[in-house]
Amino acid sequence: MEKEKNSNQKSRRNFVEQGLKFGLLTAASGALLAKVFGRSENPESAETVELMSTDGTLMQVPASAVSHTHESKSAYNPREGFPNRKFVMVVDLAKCRNAKKCQSSCNKNHYITGENAWIKIYKMQDSEKSAPYWQPTLCQHCDEPACVKVCPVDATFKRRDGIVLIDNNRCIGCRFCMAACPYSVRVFNWSDPWQGEAVEQAEYSPDYAGVPSQKGTVDKCDFCPHMIDKGELPHCVSACPNDVFSFGDMYEDTVTNGSGQSFKLSKLLKDRAGYRLMESLGTEPSVYYLPPSDRIVDFEEGLKNYTEFQSVDKPQEP
Amino acid sequence: MNTAYEKIINDLAPKKFSWRGKIWVAFLVAVVLVGLYSYVQQIRYGLVITGMRDYALWGIYISNFVFFVAVSLVGSLITAILRLSDVHWSTPLTRIAEIIAVAAIIMAGIAIILDMGRPDRVINLFLHGRLQSPIIWDVVVISTYLVLSVLFLYYPLLPDFTILSKYFDNNTRLNKWYRVLSLNWTGNEKQTKIYSRSIKVLSVLIIPVAFAIHTVTAWLFETTYRPGWDSTNFGPYFVAGAFVAGSSAVIVVMYILRKMYKLENYITDHHFDLMGKILVMLSLLYLYFNINEYLMPIYKSTEEEATHLRSLFTGEYAWLFWVVIIGGLVIPVIIMVFRGGRKPFPLFIVSLTVMVCAWWKRYLIVIPTLSHPFLPIQGVPESWHHYKPTWMEWSITFATLAMAMLIITFLVRFLPIVPIQETAEERGLIEGHQTQHS
Repeated sequence: MEKEKNSNQKSRRNFVEQGLKFGLLTAASGALLAKVFGRSENPESAETVELMSTDGTLMQVPASAVSHTHESKSAYNPREGFPNRKFVMVVDLAKCRNAKKCQSSCNKNHYITGENAWIKIYKMQDSEKSAPYWQPTLCQHCDEPACVKVCPVDATFKRRDGIVLIDNNRCIGCRFCMAACPYSVRVFNWSDPWQGEAVEQAEYSPDYAGVPSQKGTVDKCDFCPHMIDKGELPHCVSACPNDVFSFGDMYEDTVTNGSGQSFKLSKLLKDRAGYRLMESLGTEPSVYYLPPSDRIVDFEEGLKNYTEFQSVDKPQEP
Repeated sequence: MNTAYEKIINDLAPKKFSWRGKIWVAFLVAVVLVGLYSYVQQIRYGLVITGMRDYALWGIYISNFVFFVAVSLVGSLITAILRLSDVHWSTPLTRIAEIIAVAAIIMAGIAIILDMGRPDRVINLFLHGRLQSPIIWDVVVISTYLVLSVLFLYYPLLPDFTILSKYFDNNTRLNKWYRVLSLNWTGNEKQTKIYSRSIKVLSVLIIPVAFAIHTVTAWLFETTYRPGWDSTNFGPYFVAGAFVAGSSAVIVVMYILRKMYKLENYITDHHFDLMGKILVMLSLLYLYFNINEYLMPIYKSTEEEATHLRSLFTGEYAWLFWVVIIGGLVIPVIIMVFRGGRKPFPLFIVSLTVMVCAWWKRYLIVIPTLSHPFLPIQGVPESWHHYKPTWMEWSITFATLAMAMLIITFLVRFLPIVPIQETAEERGLIEGHQTQHS
């Protein structure tokens, strides 16, 4: 316990140091996302790297400075999160045709064995006369999270990078967070998850939800910090065949979709009239939606994939 | 010592179970054992043995918990509020009310643990408790109320314990226990002074704590956004409802005890008459809060509220809703307004109905709201759309109710149901607080 505390403190101090470096770097060089997500080639021989700043201009940055970002990973603590990041997601409803690849990828990679998926594609219709549309819905990673507010034991928590996670080793299973969440994104392990020996024996960390899941505790979408840590996009983002999802960092004002295209977040939200779900509740979600206007496909096309009563395929033995 | 005083002691001293009492205890133990079996299954397989799922995420465990908290409030009403208002007719009922309060608050604490997915981690509430969470507020106020209720039951018993240890002087075990419990009470001036001051302090302290336990329980729901729970009326609405549930419980218990132990000289028809009047007043108060709770939202009929209220008024819960409101509040008030309705037997039947409806009222507060989330219910098995408690869930719930009755039964077995000393004093058979030297 004592040792853990010490190392926690140490890593916190590291964080501050790394954070400062990181902050300076961000201020100087702008978007790191291009490095992390943009899959830009890192020219080994060149002395400088081309990066895009927050206002969209390209600039040259010494390659040695960029390499610092990789060091900061070693200081990463799942409860604290990545320093100087604020993760956001944009969901383009005009592109969704209920292909459900996001869902199956999420189910598979988080080893979901229950009957309620963490990402669900809702069949929505706001009023009788308006058009129906498909709405992929996952944890909104609110900045004023109702779930975190009510948790009696600090099992669900908000990190400084905006991600809301659950510590399944601490959760007491009171389900108050589920009652508090207006987006119905939280899922309870009513029985033993039976995820198979490999997953059940895996070392648990809150930043990879579902590995393993625990009976009697709450699970939900974790925004895939385990993928971010590797410099990759969350499973749903890269699985989507239609580039519905874009993921990125609000401080860098950039989001990247599954095909690797990057957009300026503020411009995207402005041009496409982005909005958030149930804005009036004051939960300040980190997930933005682009309205389903000028859709690439008909709503009806998604109906063939629609199953009202199922979001997780029955587990099959490999 | 006069004979009238001895008769009181004789009448009120705890008695061994009759054969009926033994059957009653055996029955309760059996119910508890069935519940225990189900709970072992729940520990083994998880909450999957219940009818709860991700949408109906709380069920009868929670509504039953709310019911227990509600009933426990009556201790503060009958004993503290009436005591402070210098009302004396309620003296023979104070112990019954306190026994019910203690039993109910103990079971409330147990009922909430039964609902937990990880009861093995209950210690986390103390290791990692967050004061910002209403659950921690509930832990704090309920444990405070438990302590205060036990003290409030115990202090007024001190003179009675001394009397009883004398009365049972031929039974060494009982004699010893009562003597130890009496804390060497002799009724001298110094003791009497501390005694009456402690009871006064407790009476004052217990009232805000009693209001707090049920207000905080209301806040468990009110702190969410969900239609049906998102109401500023919830705190007082819960407290008013709690007094209804608690007083009806007192009437039911006092009727049964009076009959079993032939206490007609102590718990008289007049007591029933007055308790009936109190229940009328409290029921009307609760009806008033119900009108506030339902009429204003349905008048505005915002989309979410209207969906919720329609399910109560005309939808899937309508049958239960109207039985509870009409059968559990309106008709009982009409019956109890008449003198005949406040006679012991009719009042017993009415109170029993009120009490059962009060249990279902909590069901109507907890469950319907959960079936109308903000986003539509999709992508889950059809059975998850509706909540239906399983038999194991029922058996665990019945076990908690049986446990509460078992606690009441055992307290009644060993404690004088009607305070001996206070009754004797009020009848002028002994001088105030001078048990020993009369």
